[in-house]
Amino acid sequence: MATATGDVVGQRRWYYPALAAPGIVWLLLLFILPFYAIAAVAFGTRDQIFALPIPAWNPLEWQFGTFTATLQEVATSSSGLQAQFFRTLIYVALSVAICLVVGYPVAYYIARHGGRLKVLLLTLMIAPFWMSYLMRMLAWVNLLSVKPDDPGLMNRILLLLPFVHEPVSWTVGLVSHLTVILGLVYGYIPFFILPLYAALDRIDRSQLEASRDLGASPASTFWRVTLPLSKQGILAGAVIITLPMFGDYYTPNLMTASPENTMVGNAIDFALNGGQGQQPKGAALTLLLSAFIAVLMVYYLVSVARAAKEAHR
Amino acid sequence: MTTAEVALEREVSAPKVGRLRAFFGNPWGKPRFLSVWTWLYIIWSIAPVVIAVQFSFNAGRSRSTFQGFSTQWYEAIWNQASENYDDTLLPALRQSLKLALLTMPIATVLGVGLAIGLARWRGRGAGAANFLMLFPLVTPEIVMGASMFLIFANLYHFRLGTTAQLLGHVTFSISYVVIVTRGRLFAIGRDYEEAAMDLGSSPAEALRRVLLPLLAPAILSSFFIVFAISIDDFVISQFLCAQGCTTIPIKIYSAARNAGNPSLNALATIMMLLSLLSITLAVLILRRYNKRQGTGRSAVEDFARFEI
Repeated sequence: MATATGDVVGQRRWYYPALAAPGIVWLLLLFILPFYAIAAVAFGTRDQIFALPIPAWNPLEWQFGTFTATLQEVATSSSGLQAQFFRTLIYVALSVAICLVVGYPVAYYIARHGGRLKVLLLTLMIAPFWMSYLMRMLAWVNLLSVKPDDPGLMNRILLLLPFVHEPVSWTVGLVSHLTVILGLVYGYIPFFILPLYAALDRIDRSQLEASRDLGASPASTFWRVTLPLSKQGILAGAVIITLPMFGDYYTPNLMTASPENTMVGNAIDFALNGGQGQQPKGAALTLLLSAFIAVLMVYYLVSVARAAKEAHR
Repeated sequence: MTTAEVALEREVSAPKVGRLRAFFGNPWGKPRFLSVWTWLYIIWSIAPVVIAVQFSFNAGRSRSTFQGFSTQWYEAIWNQASENYDDTLLPALRQSLKLALLTMPIATVLGVGLAIGLARWRGRGAGAANFLMLFPLVTPEIVMGASMFLIFANLYHFRLGTTAQLLGHVTFSISYVVIVTRGRLFAIGRDYEEAAMDLGSSPAEALRRVLLPLLAPAILSSFFIVFAISIDDFVISQFLCAQGCTTIPIKIYSAARNAGNPSLNALATIMMLLSLLSITLAVLILRRYNKRQGTGRSAVEDFARFEI
């Protein structure tokens, strides 16, 4: 910068912020301010006659009636809302665990042993990434159909097995939970594998060779070198899929459409898209969900920012 | 008998399980277990979609028994004379295309400006703006959809519909443009611009005549990436839609379980082809530039390593 002349320096000072300004203003008006709208509606009141929300834009006028009522409902052990919260937690935890068990070997194999097929394997691995989530769910809706006139392909295949005697009802009982978890894993696993692959691919081979040269077995090299070095990738992948899973409502609705399988997202969807008068409750639930996942979001943003700083220094 | 023959003998006479273990468990051989596992995973992840595409060409109504090849379910989308014609499918396709095509230029202009600004601006506020840009990427779509729904309904007093959907799509697309453009910006470095400015050009001229031409591949590929993510979006579109703004994903969501017939698969297949096509274009553009740069890695590998 020292070589630049005076007026260029002057122009530089405002030029770059000015380039960024339209995007920043857009995000402030359509991303940040809407967050405030959630609070204003959640802490506002309702029109007695039309049940329309009256948002409280001034924080001094916030009323916590709806919010505490919603919190109490969540805290009541027999409420449907509490069941939805617990179900969401269990679904997400199990799905992430399955993604790890299924996805780690895949990412590891492609990163370490991809060889000549690496580009092909990567392309196939990334392909689902760019297929619409809804298309991929539709595929399973077809496969797991339980319509009597057009039973899905999955049951036809299963019935060929000697120990399966009647078609599986995918939408009932314990199986329905497994169906939803299958949907979640199928939907989100590409997003888990990709950052994990990136982390595994970055591991310097010489570190693994050093470990082997020093007498470690392949297994202990994996446990003591590869796994610790890929920890960041596992965490990044887990956070990336956990965030959208907590707000998911379409997967259970598409896979089983049963009230036994609804998640917190379904409660929000119902309150906001379902009908009039539920907006404050929907806003309160969105607020609760956001608070719940804020920790994860901040963790992820901080680690991304740190990685970016290191990469571009 | 040599030892090799003994080993062979044992191999041949070994029970099946033993041979399987020998096949998978040899620590000096290829990692066969991993390779089988990986291929099974890939088949599992792609086969259902391939089957769904296959049944869009079914001659019958079934989505599980293939009764011969036919394109009647594609005709059902646009041919009014077709016996299966469904007049809700074409509007959904149009709405999806309209949103994606309108989102592309707006999000790209805003995102490229934001990326250049953030990369070159070293003053106060740059850090906060950077954080602001990353936030939409990690915010669950339901939170974004709900918040925009609430502010449109209660503060901006905006009728839900195409315009609201467009505003939503641009909002979540901006960050992707910034990420793609910024990667290229860091690769270019500041030298060319500095040189232009040392030779007397203003920042605006340096931007127009030096930086933007260098950024062209990134801008073009973010164009196509925006198209793909916009056409695939479901949650934001649904939250910001009241009537007459059904997109393909909304149509799939509402019809998949109940009113589904192969024409839905046909519609989904068209959508998938459109987004795969635009992503392929994005990758090809990046690949061209990569060859020129000579990093030695393929574009797919770079993408997988988040180094686009």
